[in-house]
Amino acid sequence: MDDLFYLGISTLAATLRLATPLILCAMAGLLSERAGVIDIGLEGKMLAGAFAAAVTAALTGSPYLALLAGLTIAAALSLLHGLASITYRGDQVVSGVAINIIAMGLTVVLGNAWFGRGGNTPDLNPEQRFMPLQLPGAADLREVPLIGPFYADVVSGHSLLTYLALLLVPLIWFLLYRTRFGLRLRAVGEAPAVVDTAGISVLRLRYSAVILAGLLCGLAGTFLAIAQNAAFQREMTAGRGFIALAAMIFGKWRPWPAFFACLLFGFLDAVAIRLQGAVIPGIGPVPVPLIQALPYILTVILLAGFIGKALAPKALGRPYVKER
Amino acid sequence: MTAKMLAAATAVGLLLGIGHALAEPAVVYDAGGKFDKSFNEAAYNGIEKYKSDTGDSYAEFEVQTDAQREQAFRRMAQRGADPVIGIGFSQAPALEKVAKEFPDRHFAIIDMVVNLPNVQSIVFKEHEGSFLVGMLAAMASKSAKVGFVGGMDIPLIRRFACGYAQGAKYANPAVAVTENMTGTTPAAWNDPTKGAELAKGQFDAGVDVIFAAAGGTGTGVYQAAKDAGKLAIGVDSNQNHLHPGTMLTSMLKRVDVAVYDSAMAVKNGNWQAGVTELGLAQDGVGWALDEHNAALISEEMKAKVEAAKADIIAGKIQVHDYMADNTCPL
Repeated sequence: MDDLFYLGISTLAATLRLATPLILCAMAGLLSERAGVIDIGLEGKMLAGAFAAAVTAALTGSPYLALLAGLTIAAALSLLHGLASITYRGDQVVSGVAINIIAMGLTVVLGNAWFGRGGNTPDLNPEQRFMPLQLPGAADLREVPLIGPFYADVVSGHSLLTYLALLLVPLIWFLLYRTRFGLRLRAVGEAPAVVDTAGISVLRLRYSAVILAGLLCGLAGTFLAIAQNAAFQREMTAGRGFIALAAMIFGKWRPWPAFFACLLFGFLDAVAIRLQGAVIPGIGPVPVPLIQALPYILTVILLAGFIGKALAPKALGRPYVKER
Repeated sequence: MTAKMLAAATAVGLLLGIGHALAEPAVVYDAGGKFDKSFNEAAYNGIEKYKSDTGDSYAEFEVQTDAQREQAFRRMAQRGADPVIGIGFSQAPALEKVAKEFPDRHFAIIDMVVNLPNVQSIVFKEHEGSFLVGMLAAMASKSAKVGFVGGMDIPLIRRFACGYAQGAKYANPAVAVTENMTGTTPAAWNDPTKGAELAKGQFDAGVDVIFAAAGGTGTGVYQAAKDAGKLAIGVDSNQNHLHPGTMLTSMLKRVDVAVYDSAMAVKNGNWQAGVTELGLAQDGVGWALDEHNAALISEEMKAKVEAAKADIIAGKIQVHDYMADNTCPL
């Protein structure tokens, strides 16, 4: 029983760690898509952000400068996406895919040229990274039954960026639903012509949304490279951007449901890791591929059976052309 | 003007190697790149040793995309490189095709078997080396729980895992071995985040030594071990230097020796085609002991492992090979 309790604690802690990049990317996708710009380039922006952060941390030794670099590069790629799909009205999916490919290739080529380690960056010391923080009282409260270990290992013991990600969810909800900017942003994704008629710039709104999305992706990449890991490795995002995209659709383009979808995916991943090799009485060891397919199977079942139709913003994917 | 152009043409000719029979070895590295601190770097060290021992130069190429493999082999063969050495199992189809086109040239491939009269296939008995590091893991573990993190779930990696588990059980029959695979696609070789999470999951379950045979994913495992103050075991190259103090040892796969021997054999004229299997007896696999992990390996551990090594070579201990029948007896 005690073992099971600690297994649960460890699974919940892993859930938060695994969900952090998903939460950040899902919020990024949400902002961009609520403004009517499809963002399939989450993966590429996160990867480029991770690379920039790892390189900067290795060269300067400061995780904060690294964070700044990660944010800048990801936002720059977002601007590129904006330029192609907002200003020049290109296909938003094509532009997003291009960003993914650029990031995948460029990080390896630059990494090879600068460090000659097969695309990896040098290993970082703890002071160059965002290390887990011990919240006040975590050590003292550990002895308190039930609540103590929960506080010490699940609530405490995460990196600054994880807490930031958790804080950003209510902030983004507030931004979208309780501010004028949010109202306009949502309107521009549903009926840009109406927003334009009201005398508000569609282009400016969409650009702001896309850049905010880039910043969030940069945060996710920085987390992967210098908080969760201690170096950049080629293709280290391993499809997390796309999972975040799925979580966002799962959450029907709304912050809280998307956040819980990310937590669910993180939880399933954490469970999958701990179930591997476990023996179910009467059946034998759990097969690895089945466990790894579990998050996706569950998504299909939940989406098809329980959640219902996911309605995208009406103007999603359509470049805005001003009527003359 | 003409002289300048002539000089330029000569320079281009030299760069492209036009009309120059090389008769020097060529190495085609796998996608990890020659400084991957692991498998490919071992090959690089081997060919560098050949260079310093013989004074001969060599040609090399780092594959960036799959499409380049065949081109690289053909280019090397056309330039007259001998032998042409392909590093890694993914090179097999390209090497096989090119080897057929150049029947009078010598080829070698590491980690895979290509049955052609002009190809030398060098494979390793990873299970024997893994057995030894499994023993070390079991002896170093305070909780009697040791772990394994594999990359992609393929028989080659199961062979590592099975040898490791056998070694751990041999050293301490009561030890529990936890086995995790990162994934079932090639992405599993490059997911340090998942590697770190797998390691943290095992640490939370009481494991205190983890052997990672997972390519780039292993980096995450070693880092997690360092962050948690637990022990990890490297693979292929000597990775002890990555995190001195928390790297218990590394399972060595002497790709460097294989590359060196193959190049030397052509130079000395005693090259032979066919399959070469390198195990403990040939010093093709082993475990690493250097200044970075000396403090972690006691005299007793060392003596026991060396005794087991002698027994395996003498045939007194039979290490089961997972790839022989795709099962592990444990």
